[in-house]
Amino acid sequence: MVGFVVRRLLYLIPVLVAVSLLTFLIASLLPGDLAYVILGDQATPDKVAALRQDMGLDQPIWWRYLSWLGNVLQGDFGRSFRTGQTVLQAVAERLPVSIELMLLAQLGALAIGIPLAIACAVRSGSAFDRFMTGSAFSMLSVPAFLSAILLIYLFAVELRWLPATGYVPFSEDPVGNLRCFLLPALTLALGEWPVLMRVLRSDMIATLQEDYIAMARAKGLKPSRILLVHALKPSSLTLVTVTGINIGRLIGGTVIVESIFALPGIGRLLLGAIFTRDLIILQGVVLFVACGYVLMNFVVDMLYAVLDPRIRHGHA
Amino acid sequence: MATLELSIDEQVIVAPIRKTRRLGLLFWAAIGWLTFVFAVAALANLLPMPDPTAMDMLERRQPPSMLHWLGTDGLGRDELARLIYGARISLTVGLCAPIIGITIGGALGMLAGYFRGRFETLVVGSMDVLLAFPPLILALAVTAYLGQSLPNLTLILGVLGIPAFMRVARATTLSLARREFVIAAQALGATHARILLRELLPNVFLPLFAFFLLGVAVTIVVEGALSFLGLGVPPPISSWGSMIGEGRESLEIAPRLAFIPATTMFLTVLSFNLVGDTLRALTDPRQGAL
Amino acid sequence: MTEPVLLSVEGVAVDLPTPRGNLRAVDQVDLKVGAGQTLGIVGESGCGKTMLSRAILQLLPRKAKLSGRVMLDGQDLVQLAPERLRKLRGRSLAVVFQDPMTSLNPVLTIGTQLIETLQEHLELDVSAARKRSVELLAAVGIPAPEQRLMQYPHQLSGGMRQRVAIAIALSCEPKLLIADEPTTALDVTIQAQILDLLAREQRRRHMAMIIITHDLGVVAGRTDEVAVMYAGRVVERAPTPALFKKMRMPYTEALLAAIPKLDAAPHTVLPAISGRPPDPTRPIKGCSFSPRCRYAAGECFREKPLLAEAEQPDHQYACFHPIGTAAGVEA
Repeated sequence: MVGFVVRRLLYLIPVLVAVSLLTFLIASLLPGDLAYVILGDQATPDKVAALRQDMGLDQPIWWRYLSWLGNVLQGDFGRSFRTGQTVLQAVAERLPVSIELMLLAQLGALAIGIPLAIACAVRSGSAFDRFMTGSAFSMLSVPAFLSAILLIYLFAVELRWLPATGYVPFSEDPVGNLRCFLLPALTLALGEWPVLMRVLRSDMIATLQEDYIAMARAKGLKPSRILLVHALKPSSLTLVTVTGINIGRLIGGTVIVESIFALPGIGRLLLGAIFTRDLIILQGVVLFVACGYVLMNFVVDMLYAVLDPRIRHGHA
Repeated sequence: MATLELSIDEQVIVAPIRKTRRLGLLFWAAIGWLTFVFAVAALANLLPMPDPTAMDMLERRQPPSMLHWLGTDGLGRDELARLIYGARISLTVGLCAPIIGITIGGALGMLAGYFRGRFETLVVGSMDVLLAFPPLILALAVTAYLGQSLPNLTLILGVLGIPAFMRVARATTLSLARREFVIAAQALGATHARILLRELLPNVFLPLFAFFLLGVAVTIVVEGALSFLGLGVPPPISSWGSMIGEGRESLEIAPRLAFIPATTMFLTVLSFNLVGDTLRALTDPRQGAL
Repeated sequence: MTEPVLLSVEGVAVDLPTPRGNLRAVDQVDLKVGAGQTLGIVGESGCGKTMLSRAILQLLPRKAKLSGRVMLDGQDLVQLAPERLRKLRGRSLAVVFQDPMTSLNPVLTIGTQLIETLQEHLELDVSAARKRSVELLAAVGIPAPEQRLMQYPHQLSGGMRQRVAIAIALSCEPKLLIADEPTTALDVTIQAQILDLLAREQRRRHMAMIIITHDLGVVAGRTDEVAVMYAGRVVERAPTPALFKKMRMPYTEALLAAIPKLDAAPHTVLPAISGRPPDPTRPIKGCSFSPRCRYAAGECFREKPLLAEAEQPDHQYACFHPIGTAAGVEA
């Protein structure tokens, strides 16, 4: 087991290096001069030349990459030239919001998906089951931004139950905070529940045909106990791993939702950096998010191996 | 509460029934819708419609009428015309980007699955790096640096699809390369190129094509999301995504401005998903004979 | 039958609709089991014996249609409401399945699977249920019972697992225990132990028991009465000694002859029954066994013989040419 973890950790390092390289290369795609962008309409040839020298922009590309990487490894991801905030400060401010959104979204997806999966597995083949499976399939064709405007229209415009945008920190007002997160989390949950539901449903249908379920019935146990204890537990393996994988995927999804619902998270920080051409922040945030994504996938891989011992030994 | 299934003896006694997959009603409805949308988009120039860019500030947000079948948008432009021309953009990007993916990714995958060895490790490794990035972030970053344009957008969306096509092609090639017809061809002295093109490609193509359709669906969605944020197709070009984004401003007054392109996009994406999924189930090489 | 009747199966038939037509898995079966008595049901695979046990338990597949009555202690289980039926199962009526590896839940501990039954039916609290579980495990011959409670099924051997299954079945003092092929999945050396355990517990608790098996050797000496099933019907029924000494059905004779005997001469050809059991979706005209029967003639192919008794009132068979009687063949 330890050998397995160490092997995967070693593999992680070149991936992280490659990700940093890719991030840097993308940033260097800029067909203009970064100094011009920074100075904007204050650019004069002298100022540009001075800034270029100051930032080391006149050095060869490999030097710039290594010095940038060196800074990053010491914790210096760069500093915004618009706000003066360092990348790490900006990220630290916004990260809790994004994490809260992702967790609530995943909880919502499970809250919708698990009961539906159980209900469909028990009535497998019925009209209800076919309808739900069809709905799950259709939901996969509804992207987050479509769900978002639909929900906004329904709840904020027509019914006026919930705010369309805005954010209140949890520490200030827990209820208000959750109200602000309700629609955004629901938007993401609507996109995630179909995958979870399908996976659990198919595992449960297989489990319900096992002898030990017949045995549980023969013992006269309550149907709820049979479903929730005897059937759900053995069927959950794939669900757990898919949930873990999804949390990593949600990182991309939050960008759109944070933008639409005006939540001050990482995604909005990224978009803001793009709109204001704050390219240092952009580069830093992209690196941060990409590394987080890689680490998240790594954790999921480890979790998967813990749950399924065959993976540890190189089988399956 | 429905009873729990108890089917031990049932499975023993009942003989297995051959499950033929018939192309159902939904499949043909999807094909029908796609044909309709493509036809209308392709023939847009020939249709008697107002100019989609013609603004009329006096006729803003008008409800549907004889003159404007779907009404007008926030700048007085004809909504139906915009919808049809938007279809052109969405469908063009939606098709061209996966074409990049299927050609480059498919080729890389076939070669990797056929030749194996260090080449395969290199290909799989570089795809892993690409996959290590959250796709939307990558697309946003590239368009931020390179600049917003239609070719840039198509290119980056195409590149993002390469790893997925590579995987499908490689998996299919791996499962086919050990089959008898390939070994027979090698025994007969066929060159690698011949085997790849004559034996493997026809068999790899069908699963790849099914995946291509799913890729079109995904591309339309991603382009839609980017354009919705204003970071996809560059204004004044508009796709369904940018129409939805603009329609969002008018949700209170004229919700149809957002929901009409949203519904059209949904139906199109759903249709591609349906057709792609059905084809994928039909052409799975694991179920195939030989 | 001197004992009061506990279970009475009356005219039970089970039909399964299949794409190839209706499948009559159980065809008009009548059985009685007295309190404290053991009934053995013997037959080949596919003869309907397992379906019959499911019919008694009311655990048939969703699509199955059941007709007839199943009277347990005066209550018709077929007509009983699901909730009352559920309370009976595990309490008055218990089951031991064939393969303990699949009938015990692999992700739950032995203790959980024992305790939940006790809590459900006897409403014991957790510590009382634990204590009782340990007692039960000890009673079925499992060493170190306290440790076993925390273990999972895959940590035990096959014989141990079946003992656990028996402990679960006995936990609420059932009036009737149905053991469906209880030893088929076990080593031969363990089989006798398990059967002895069942017999011992049955005597101690004065419990009625039905043993379902394909092996006549299992029921010899362990049952009070045997019913032989073929193609969904009971074709012979008699007190066990009478069945073995004076069997009437050619099928029973063939079954007995097909058991290898230790004292037979080496290289004796085993007289296996030729042919195969009939396809349940295509009922045969006449006696179901006639295509494979040595003694079949004439009316055997035209009419179905009914289960009837001849000389002894408790020995019934369904044959036109029973062995050893005037109407039939020489024994």
